[in-house]
Amino acid sequence: MPLAQLFLELGAVILALALVGRAAGRLGITPIPLYLLAGIGLGAFMHLGDAPEEFIHIGAEIGAVLLLFTLGLEYTSRELRDNLRANRQVGLLDFGLNFTPGLLAGLLLGFAPLAAVLLGGVTYLSSSGIASKILGDLGRLGNRETPVILAVCVLEDVAMAAYLPVVAALLLGGTLAAIGVNLLVALAAFAAAFFLALRYGHVLSRVVNVQSSEALLLSVFGLVLVVAGAADLLKVSAAIGAFLVGIALSGEVAERTRPLIEPLRDLFAAVFFVFFGLQLDLGSVPGVLLPAALLTVVTSATKFFTGWWGAARAGVQTRGRYRAGTTLIPRGEFSILIAGLGLGLAPTLGPLAAVYVLLTAILGPVLARFDAQLAPLFDRSLRETRA
Amino acid sequence: MVKLEETPLPGVGVRHDFDGRFGKRVGVIRHRDGRREIFVSRRDDPDACAQNIVLSDEEAEAVADLLSGSTITRHVARLTQDIEGLAMDWVNVPGISPYAGRPLGDTMMRTRTGASIVAVMRDGQAIPAPGPEFPLHAGDTVVVVGTPGGVVSAAKLLSGEG
Repeated sequence: MPLAQLFLELGAVILALALVGRAAGRLGITPIPLYLLAGIGLGAFMHLGDAPEEFIHIGAEIGAVLLLFTLGLEYTSRELRDNLRANRQVGLLDFGLNFTPGLLAGLLLGFAPLAAVLLGGVTYLSSSGIASKILGDLGRLGNRETPVILAVCVLEDVAMAAYLPVVAALLLGGTLAAIGVNLLVALAAFAAAFFLALRYGHVLSRVVNVQSSEALLLSVFGLVLVVAGAADLLKVSAAIGAFLVGIALSGEVAERTRPLIEPLRDLFAAVFFVFFGLQLDLGSVPGVLLPAALLTVVTSATKFFTGWWGAARAGVQTRGRYRAGTTLIPRGEFSILIAGLGLGLAPTLGPLAAVYVLLTAILGPVLARFDAQLAPLFDRSLRETRA
Repeated sequence: MVKLEETPLPGVGVRHDFDGRFGKRVGVIRHRDGRREIFVSRRDDPDACAQNIVLSDEEAEAVADLLSGSTITRHVARLTQDIEGLAMDWVNVPGISPYAGRPLGDTMMRTRTGASIVAVMRDGQAIPAPGPEFPLHAGDTVVVVGTPGGVVSAAKLLSGEG
């Protein structure tokens, strides 16, 4: 009875996630860290049958694709263009300050260079999901520092869209020349697709925008999978193809697609996090606790400074700068996605990323909540160093 | 002229805000999903919101109406028009009134003034639509409706001046 087993095991896993999600809602945090924990626990104490395991694997891939698609859907191409122009400096500072610690940590830990590059990506990307949840929950959308926070998130998302194809090409390996060719093909394909999406997105939007919601859902989901598959064939990374489809769709069709595709994404994204947790070896977690904690301290400080500086440039006062800094600290879904690419390269990369995401995802929102109490501390120390 | 600033919030919507004359920043966020959010900044921390109110599409329209006053003024204007030429007054029946202790019909109010007695208030209670045989007491308050002139004559009649 393979079907019975499949349904029973999958159902049990998904119900467990529902419980975890409710607990997260009660605590007022995003469920992502808890999904990871659920996956780790599941891997340690249970063995799923082959069929459920395979389904979860495919579901996880779809989850990654949908995560990036909805991310692309979030932005209109105009928002991206304006942001790239207006916030270059914050974006560059953000990249420099937050990519480097991960890269260095990876090299110090003796990772292969490519695994170190992946760890740099893990520490670089703030979680736009957690940040927007903090902003919404604490009623901070109208705050003056909020545009800076959102701008940093947007730039990181764009940077990731360029970063992923590069990594995908590097992962293919081979001789130096082969890597070079792969890299060129990947970047050219990405640039061409990005250009087309920005330029002719409205045409695609018009074609896809059919009357019935059912047909719309099917055509969008189908299109996303086809483009993701084609991107994977070109070795550009499936997720990036999906991201570009998201960018290309705009206006009414984006508005209508969002509520249709979000439940689908939530389901598969949860599966994605569980899958990541499942693959981790519980035994390797104690060994990564110290590096993860150190990395959390260092990159929380660098991220904090990024937000602080960006907000200061926008003319925001101390408390707002503090809020901008702390809101950017949490890393989340995309850090996991990046770490997932390198599981084969360095055995401790996965556990390290998981523990790191857990720590920052808890630390950031807690710090973000206490701006009235904590911000003056930073102000005083700042005045002292100036004087 | 209010200096409105427009700030795009990528992934969220658009924010419009201005520094209010009375010291606080006021703004509206137009969420892409149609929600509208009104916020007011804090006085001690002008970058932050002290209060924000999320409104649905329809609620936002109602609030906009309230602020600009278009619908409401129209209603009030129509209401005053409807009762123009109609007066209503509360008239005391003093002790010296010739009608104190006599049935209401004896005043012949309707015939003499054109105004009608629609209710009598006695001991904090209202007696609506009293008949002609209803006895008036000193200290009653009579509710009179009619033309403005008629209401004035009714008051004079009840106090014995008419």
